Amino acid sequence: MLMKKRSFLAGAATALGLMTVTTGAAWAQQEKVKVGFVYLGPIGDGGWTYQHNQGRLALEEALGDKVETVYVENVPEGPDAERVMTEMALNGCDLIIATSFGYMDYTINVAKKFPKVKFEHATGYKLADNVAVYGSRFYEGRAIQGTIAGMVTKSNVIGYIGSYPIPEVIRGINSVFIHARKVNPDVQLKIVWAFTWFDPAKEADAARVLIEQGADVVIQHTDSTAPQAAAAEAGNVYTFGQASDMADFAPMPRVSSIIDNWAPYYIARAQAVLDGTWESANTWDGIASGMVGIGEVSDAVPAEVKTAAMDMKAAIADGSYHPFTGPLKKQDGSDWLAEGEVADDGVLAGMDFYVEGIEGEVPN
Amino acid sequence: MDLSAINPILLLASLMVAATAVMIAALGELIVERAGVLNLGVEGMMITGAIVGFAAAVHSGSPTVGFIAAAAGGAGLSLLFALLTQVALANQVASGLALTLFGLGLSSLIGQSYVGIKPPSTPKLDIPLLSDIPVLGPIVFRHDLMVYIGIALVAVVWAFLKFTRAGLVLRAVGENHDAAHALGYKVVRIRVMAILFGGACAGLGGAYISLIRVPQWTEGMTAGVGWIALALVVFASWKPWRVLLGAYLFGGVTVLQLNLQAAGIAIPVEYLSMSPYLITILVLVIMSADRSAAPASLGRIFHASQ
Amino acid sequence: MLTLEKRPQPSKALSYITPVLAVIVTMIAGGLLFAALGKDPIVAIRTIFWEPLFGEFASYYRPQLLVKGGPLILIALGLSLGFRAGIWNIGAEGQYIIGAICGAGVALAFYPLEAWYIFPLMVIAGALGGWAWAMIPALLKVKFGTNEILVSLMLVYVAEQLLASMALGVMKNPQGYGFPGSRNLQQYPSAFNNELIAGTGMHWGVAAAFIAAIFSYVLLNRHILGFQIRLTGEAPRAARFSGVKPARLVLICMGSAGALAGLAGMFEVAGPSGQISINFNVGYGFTAIIVAFLGRLHPVGIIFAGLLMALTYIGGDAAQSRLQLPAAAIQMVQGMLLFFLLAVDVLTNYRIKLTKREVA
Repeated sequence: MLMKKRSFLAGAATALGLMTVTTGAAWAQQEKVKVGFVYLGPIGDGGWTYQHNQGRLALEEALGDKVETVYVENVPEGPDAERVMTEMALNGCDLIIATSFGYMDYTINVAKKFPKVKFEHATGYKLADNVAVYGSRFYEGRAIQGTIAGMVTKSNVIGYIGSYPIPEVIRGINSVFIHARKVNPDVQLKIVWAFTWFDPAKEADAARVLIEQGADVVIQHTDSTAPQAAAAEAGNVYTFGQASDMADFAPMPRVSSIIDNWAPYYIARAQAVLDGTWESANTWDGIASGMVGIGEVSDAVPAEVKTAAMDMKAAIADGSYHPFTGPLKKQDGSDWLAEGEVADDGVLAGMDFYVEGIEGEVPN
Repeated sequence: MDLSAINPILLLASLMVAATAVMIAALGELIVERAGVLNLGVEGMMITGAIVGFAAAVHSGSPTVGFIAAAAGGAGLSLLFALLTQVALANQVASGLALTLFGLGLSSLIGQSYVGIKPPSTPKLDIPLLSDIPVLGPIVFRHDLMVYIGIALVAVVWAFLKFTRAGLVLRAVGENHDAAHALGYKVVRIRVMAILFGGACAGLGGAYISLIRVPQWTEGMTAGVGWIALALVVFASWKPWRVLLGAYLFGGVTVLQLNLQAAGIAIPVEYLSMSPYLITILVLVIMSADRSAAPASLGRIFHASQ
Repeated sequence: MLTLEKRPQPSKALSYITPVLAVIVTMIAGGLLFAALGKDPIVAIRTIFWEPLFGEFASYYRPQLLVKGGPLILIALGLSLGFRAGIWNIGAEGQYIIGAICGAGVALAFYPLEAWYIFPLMVIAGALGGWAWAMIPALLKVKFGTNEILVSLMLVYVAEQLLASMALGVMKNPQGYGFPGSRNLQQYPSAFNNELIAGTGMHWGVAAAFIAAIFSYVLLNRHILGFQIRLTGEAPRAARFSGVKPARLVLICMGSAGALAGLAGMFEVAGPSGQISINFNVGYGFTAIIVAFLGRLHPVGIIFAGLLMALTYIGGDAAQSRLQLPAAAIQMVQGMLLFFLLAVDVLTNYRIKLTKREVA
């Protein structure tokens, strides 16, 4: 606790047929819904937890006096989470939202004890009658970042700050690389693993290192703004906001961002509880539903880059384009996707390989 | 794999920046420990300094005011520690831990309304002429003022301990408080002053992170730097210039491993991240042979029984 | 002016009264803080300190006190032996982690074999792991006179890195779709440290804590070793003259602290937590230092202190969700509790005297 590093949050994974989803029992309509949020970090972390809390505030705003929300912050991913969720259930929460991957098994435990309470678990893969999972297709946003990065880079070196080598992060790396290569065949990707989600000093170091080694675009999969500041200091380096918009750093170095926008989902799910239509489901949403928000592309990039980015966003949003569309090969040269073939969610959920062209190996 | 991508000049330059916060905090703790007091609350004082400095800088629009406020904030918190350990004669280990716990809580309470705000920026010095010197210029002469203040502080602390009478008295108190007391020195007063200095330095180090390094306020943003500062003091065998060296080494390991990664070299990151701590233990062992290194009264309670 | 005069013997009566006094002062100061944050102080204090024990859902919370307090008590008991003798092991967090890694390692090595001997082996591995980790600073201190505070603290970071490497590497659940973290031992019956009686929160770790408390009480009060420990802490010189071997004492105190911390980690990973993950450790090793002091380094006191600390966590989380009290405020209250406790301690060991200022 005293020297707690920023805890773990993991990527979206689908159920992968692990558990069969039975249709949820019919729930009764109700007048008022009480929603409990379990947060991993403090609401002031400016990143992951902050964005979930923004979703909670938006939920209160949207449903007014039909909703009551409570939250507990700094809940470790262990027995404490189980206790906090039990406590929320005992105190009359109808819907409990566990906002981190590490809560998975504890959520399932509590859900067994309280079959009438509904649970939402972020980024996990275990479902039950009263446990739904949800996550974001952040890789869709990465496709846009890759496109912008490939077009604006002059050094043809894109730096990437990874947190932990887990599927979500690897998907993002692959997505960026594929789309950067598409618009710029000479692009190289330099990846640095910080092995932390949140450590401003280390993130700053990582960004500086990448810049010193020639990167003029730095993409981060960690939560603090330290890389933005490092880029601003270096000048002529492009970055993207992560988790929140980080608009303070616009128009340069931040030229766009991926925003975790949980509000629409939370509002819809709480409303479903009110209507008695809530069902266990596995939601993996992206740009189309607004769960992955794309921060405004700033004027620091040329107009045609902005257009390309917006076209990409539109194509992903209307479903006409999937960021992982063949032909694609794995790093070792073996075939992955044939011409026109689209990656299925199962493979994406467990992605543990780089696509062809990326140098280095996934650490483990 | 492309080792040539690592530019040693830039590596050294970023090292200086990476090392500054932990170095300033460690210098403060060095004085505290030289006076015979072990304050494990550095992390708590740093994070308090980080938010107090941040808030002051935001409201005044001046980073300088921010740094002054941060020093005051850190010193203010350390006063609690001083009261506990010097007046109420409480155990220093437990008091230090309590201070960290309290500081982390206090900082996030103060910081609640400062999330997402950008502080006024601190200009880089970029000394004309000097910064244009090839090789040396970019390494040495293109930093913010605090980097130089940090290095100056090393020199000041060194000179203070080595050449001044006050420094001598401070060391005497740390080596043998009973003897120092018998000689008529005010042990408690000297130690309280040392603790306050340590708090002020920790506060400055924290503010360096929130105002320059990141620059933003987020809860828990010091992320364990305060504990590294403690390790650093030991690593440095309580000698100021070795704090500088140690800070560069500690920062260097991080920066170097990131550099190697970026150059495409597969390295076991976790094991490399352990290395500074293992090295510190090794240094501790080597130094233990030289028993004069650690202040003899470190961590012991002083009570003047007339 | 006021001066302090050392009591020849710490006051017995005051050593019982002062912890209570500290708790009361903390409640008052905490109440003021809560009021300043715009919350009803009485309600807040009641939610934290009263509701979990006697409120509506007490039947759920009381067992949770054991779950949360068990590891704290177990670790604090081990630490208190060393603290009494002036041996400062502050690296229990690392010993806790290593104990968990070793215990879980045994379980994962046997998976999916079901056998009665797996759990006992895990217990042994956990204790040995913690013991071995604590032996590093102990041996260094004995051999080279290295400061054990700093070495044990450094080893916490090393242990944390090892933990990360385990969770991301060799111990990663092969069926976990690439996510870090081991298999859940709760679903492995031979390794699961389940509640001994359902609904009581009593698992083997809690039982071990109580057994350890009894042992440590007997040791300190009835055994020559306990006498030596106390003597060394109170009068190191006298201890040396009376034949106490400091080196032996360091090894015994650090070793038992490490073993108990390792056990705590092992019981936690096999029970309430269930798995090795990057953030498996939540600071029990550091909180236990507070608990040890809060309990006056006395076995019975530590049991109460551990439960009280557990209460502030449990009540604190409850106050967060019911009153939207920020977590930071609760952290501050915990810090204050320790401050006041340390501050009032002076009354136990010293007498406050009013003396006239000497005229020079």
